[in-house]
Amino acid sequence: MHEDNRGEADLDFAPPRKGISRRDFLKYCGLVAAALGLDATFIPRIAQAWGGTRPPIIWLQFAECTGCTESFLRSTNPFLDDIIFGAASLEYHETLMAPSGQNATQNLLNAAANYRGQFICICEGAIPTADNGVYGMIGGKTMLQIAKDICPKAKAVISFGACASFGGVAAANGNLTGARGVHKALGGYPTINIPGCPPNPITLVATLTTYLLNGSFPPLDGYGRPLFAYGTTNHENCERKLSCSAKCLYYYGCRGRTTYNNCSLVKFNNIVNTPGSPDGCWPVQVNAPCYGCSEPRFWDRSNFFLYNGHYINACEPVGP
Amino acid sequence: MSSKIVIDPITRIEGHLRVETEVADGQVIKAWSTGTLFRGIEPILKNRDPRDAWMITQRVCGVCTYVHGITSIRAVENSIDSFFTVPENARIIRNLLGGAQFVHDHIVHFYALHLLDWVDVTRAIAATDMDAVVTADQAISSSRTRDAAFFADVKQRLSDIAGSGQLGPLANGYWGHSGYTNLSPELSLIMMADYLDALRIQTRIIKIHALLGGKNPHPQSMLIGGVSLDLAMDESQWSALYSDLNNLCYEAKTFVDTFYLPDVAVIASAYPEYRAIGGTDNLLCFGGVADLSSAGDLMFPRGAIFNRATGSVQAVNEAAITEHVARSWYAGSAALNPASGATAPSYTGLDLDEKYSWLKAPRYNGQPMEVGPLARVMVAYGLGAVPAITQLVGDFLANTGMALSDMYSTIGRTAARAIETKFIIDSMYADWVNELMNRINPQFTTDTVGRVGFTLPPQPTCSGSFLTEAPRGALGHWVSYSSGGGNPQIVNYQMVVPSTWNFGPRDLSDVAGPVEQALIGTPVVNQQQPLEVLRTVHSFDPCIACAVH
Repeated sequence: MHEDNRGEADLDFAPPRKGISRRDFLKYCGLVAAALGLDATFIPRIAQAWGGTRPPIIWLQFAECTGCTESFLRSTNPFLDDIIFGAASLEYHETLMAPSGQNATQNLLNAAANYRGQFICICEGAIPTADNGVYGMIGGKTMLQIAKDICPKAKAVISFGACASFGGVAAANGNLTGARGVHKALGGYPTINIPGCPPNPITLVATLTTYLLNGSFPPLDGYGRPLFAYGTTNHENCERKLSCSAKCLYYYGCRGRTTYNNCSLVKFNNIVNTPGSPDGCWPVQVNAPCYGCSEPRFWDRSNFFLYNGHYINACEPVGP
Repeated sequence: MSSKIVIDPITRIEGHLRVETEVADGQVIKAWSTGTLFRGIEPILKNRDPRDAWMITQRVCGVCTYVHGITSIRAVENSIDSFFTVPENARIIRNLLGGAQFVHDHIVHFYALHLLDWVDVTRAIAATDMDAVVTADQAISSSRTRDAAFFADVKQRLSDIAGSGQLGPLANGYWGHSGYTNLSPELSLIMMADYLDALRIQTRIIKIHALLGGKNPHPQSMLIGGVSLDLAMDESQWSALYSDLNNLCYEAKTFVDTFYLPDVAVIASAYPEYRAIGGTDNLLCFGGVADLSSAGDLMFPRGAIFNRATGSVQAVNEAAITEHVARSWYAGSAALNPASGATAPSYTGLDLDEKYSWLKAPRYNGQPMEVGPLARVMVAYGLGAVPAITQLVGDFLANTGMALSDMYSTIGRTAARAIETKFIIDSMYADWVNELMNRINPQFTTDTVGRVGFTLPPQPTCSGSFLTEAPRGALGHWVSYSSGGGNPQIVNYQMVVPSTWNFGPRDLSDVAGPVEQALIGTPVVNQQQPLEVLRTVHSFDPCIACAVH
């Protein structure tokens, strides 16, 4: 074992001293450009976009597990503090904001009024609609009512995650609360959907970047998903498809062939700056099949890991 | 004369919580805790394959995400445990995933969700002498190497935010409250610097989940029978993984030693009044965080403490657990053991004299019990079975001038969280990474087994349960399923979750839940800014998405 040099060799860690360096920031912008499918000439424009104005963001949390917020917290390109205190202004976010109660609600009302038609509303979680929405209340109002009050005042509504986009786990079979995605709960209100459980924060950042660069949001597919991220399937860019020696997980229940997302391309948790590590991680890398979490109603499509009547057992080979 | 204070929403938590207090003579005399969101995950689990349940239960909470997945897997494994033994490699990988979850959660909680209760950002900006800030910083920990320019930069950042007119998440906090003046401007600036640093450092610690689980939140490498990872590695893959895990644990350990634990000691020293308020009387720990051996040795031992009698820890009996719904929005009134529990929502409106929460009210031996870091640490301390915990508690008390009895408080709870974080990351760095990597080192071994196959048993119905510890406290899952015809289906699934214990409402006997009791006696100097209430509520690290599920 390398007992003698544990924790010393290759250590790239030091508590950040101040805002990230210009070089690091451009590197992150490069990742965003890659997620958007843009070439390197766009990197300076992206850096400029994130360094300029501070668009207000209102983040609403409905019937959720906070996994989408946690995903957002893991943003490293740029880091969260640079987004919420630097590039944008996070006017309302229950998990992160300092004030509580009346003071918090006042922030929401102020931001929605002062930035009417200008703020971006990011929604997390499904909206309970049964029994007039009593299954989800904040400050004495139903989540349904809050969404009805706030969403129409926004410049655009981004549904971040599977629940806000399509209802997610709360809307799976057995749904007693009438949970629905934001688009559906508001009677077809147009939303930009960034589904996934969790959704990738880089897709959110890249969507906001497009808005900052162009003043408009990126083109969407028929489910309201940005085409730059959801235009191809996970299978299309999967390392196991591209390598003859690797074992495709299709026969282990993998849904990568029918799942439109960029997981296999941009991956999660930005592992890139850890020495010796693979270029980002995603479930296939730990031998786990894609379960299709960016597709509508994926929780109910069939058993997970069930293929051709066989329950896929610890990835032991079966079929074809 | 009494008056009511309603805080709705309670923010800087996970999920949706409302707290109402009745205040008389400047003190809280009564409190009500209300979970305001019900998703119905337990009913949604019905009729599904129990081998898929972990995928759904993991969505109970996106913060301590891994824990609900593994607890479900182990409950199902327990229902068929005579059929296989989980391999050692899987046990250790599960420990590493679980340990990383605790370290990450606790750091995020203290800095992102709790620190602004103790630090006034406007006081931080008022610090003028940066050399004095550096001196204070190094007095907190001599390992800190930050200079005056660093703190001037932090101050500038904060000033820019304040001056921009767009304060974002900092807008409209209880700034200027007299309760903040315990902390000097210099210490306030140091704490704000650490708040900003922690937002970045947490992205690194959790990479352990990405390496061993494919992603975070909601890591995906779990399976009934082990873990999905392919542990057959060549030398270069092995070295890369070893280097990554080792470095990430070292970084986390360095942060805990240099920042987290010393910062908690600063708060504990600055706010001595919170050693006397916010405590509860009973503590319950299901034991776990990690299985230290396949023989069942637990990192944190199981036990219950009643009436603050730290020295007399009692054994835990699963049959003594019940959930009441008398004051919750569910049908029925019997207090049921979770093995035969029911979830039948029945909303009747918010009525503090009747039903007022989506949380059920768990009881142990009929008593409300606080669960979480304080319970884990005090049970271990009381049993004297974990020398490292005894030592860490002793050191913390000595450093801050606290007595052991002071641990039953808002500050004690926050301190216990930091103490156990140090114990866990030390174990991960010193032991678990090497334990795993030695086993799968291609130079010396061919033990690459991380999973075993299994078959479902032939009997028509099966049931299993698993009791463990999530970052926020004692957690249990109970599953029963029919397995006839090779198409197994869940008949009943019940989860009793940490924040359900802590934030549950009154029960059939009208006994208040732990948080409702902990708030009594809290002084409130300004009813428009109930900062004191928030401090105690946040010290429990509320997670209402998990509590109600």
